[in-house]
Amino acid sequence: MCSTCGCGEADVRVTTPGAASDAAGHGHGHGHGHGHDENHSHDESHSHDHVHLEQDDELRTHTLELEVAVLAKNDGLAARNRAWLAERRITALNLMSSPGAGKTTLLERTIAATDRAVSVIEGDQETLFDAERIRKAGARAVQVNTGAGCHLDATMVSRALEQLRPERDSIVFIENVGNLVCPALFDLGELRKVVVISVTEGDDKPLKYPHMFAAADLVVINKTDLLPYVDFDMERLTVDARKLNPLVQVVPVSAKTGENLDAWLTWLT
Amino acid sequence: MHELAIAESVVSTVLERTGGRVSVVRLRVGRMSGVVPDALVFCFELAAAGTALAGATLEIEEQAGLAHCRDCDTDFSMRDAFLLCDCGSADVELLSGRELQVTSVEVV
Ligand SMILES: Nc1nc2c(ncn2[C@@H]2O[C@H](COP(=O)(O)OP(=O)(O)OP(=O)(O)O)[C@@H](O)[C@H]2O)c(=O)[nH]1
Ligand SMILES: [Zn+2]
Ligand SMILES: [Zn+2]
Ligand SMILES: [Zn+2]
Ligand SMILES: [Zn+2]
Repeated sequence: MCSTCGCGEADVRVTTPGAASDAAGHGHGHGHGHGHDENHSHDESHSHDHVHLEQDDELRTHTLELEVAVLAKNDGLAARNRAWLAERRITALNLMSSPGAGKTTLLERTIAATDRAVSVIEGDQETLFDAERIRKAGARAVQVNTGAGCHLDATMVSRALEQLRPERDSIVFIENVGNLVCPALFDLGELRKVVVISVTEGDDKPLKYPHMFAAADLVVINKTDLLPYVDFDMERLTVDARKLNPLVQVVPVSAKTGENLDAWLTWLT
Repeated sequence: MHELAIAESVVSTVLERTGGRVSVVRLRVGRMSGVVPDALVFCFELAAAGTALAGATLEIEEQAGLAHCRDCDTDFSMRDAFLLCDCGSADVELLSGRELQVTSVEVV
């Protein structure tokens, strides 16, 4: 957590692998509306408090109605990202999954198979591995390392977009941190949310992680090449996902063999 | 532990609007919001420590999930996260349950 203001973003790093100089690590005060003037009013109120305490023993309180969304700041910044992307006709997709479901492999395949320009924002707690893989596959990538953070938020994506500078009419994939819980809560400004689940994880995931599946526009079932070796009921997964999200689309693929990749590419366009 | 990120947002939201002379922070948390109230209370203490909100109490009002079925035109309360009406229809709209709001604070 940030020792100056406790905002929990101190460890976030945004890096372009292969770039001449890496961007500054600590993104404080950058698209981060934390307001250091708030300390001001805090100091004032503090002295106020003291006077108050000295003058009467009885502390009186009054209720202040706020009615404000806890994530209002994130949602506001996400809306700005969304508008920025829309102006440039850029399609941004937020890819979420458990660790190792095959997001990066799917992206490597997609980069090779699509005509549209693609760039990628890679979210991981540590390492530049995924961004390097994307670069080798032929697309530009920016790595966001969240440190202890278990999800991307709109501030991180805004910083990453500034470094990535995606071209007009292109696709930006945002590979979220591998985690099926909280990425669902944070709007990044994406056009669509995609959940990737692999057949080795079991078909009970929608019921265990209802919020993720409720938020998804598309569920990709990956690693179908392994279906002969695991008990995975495609029908059950689809039925359960639709109980949470009646309109959700489901596309089975194998990012390894390329099986049914066309269905995914069609959804993309 | 996304409750920590949520708790940090609560702290900064309240500090921005009050400057911190606050003894109680009240939240409305929907049962379909994906946030666990007990975990949030725990994280709020951590997030508030070292700020002007240190020592403030977090009070959580839970909001039940309520949905409307467009097929049989009735409202029903949700037992789980399934958007399914007892009539069998999935043409269901969530009316409440996803809230995550700071409703009020007690200013000292
Ligand atoms: N058999 C099989 N293996 C796959 C498939 N897709 C990915 N894998 C393997 O699964 C492992 C994880 O794949 P990644 O693409 O790194 O998964 P990821 O979701 O990006 O992982 P994180 O970024 O760490 O969350 C690798 O060993 C891949 O080779 C597939 O369709 N079939
Ligand atoms: Zn900060
Ligand atoms: Zn990856
Ligand atoms: Zn998280
Ligand atoms: Zn009904």
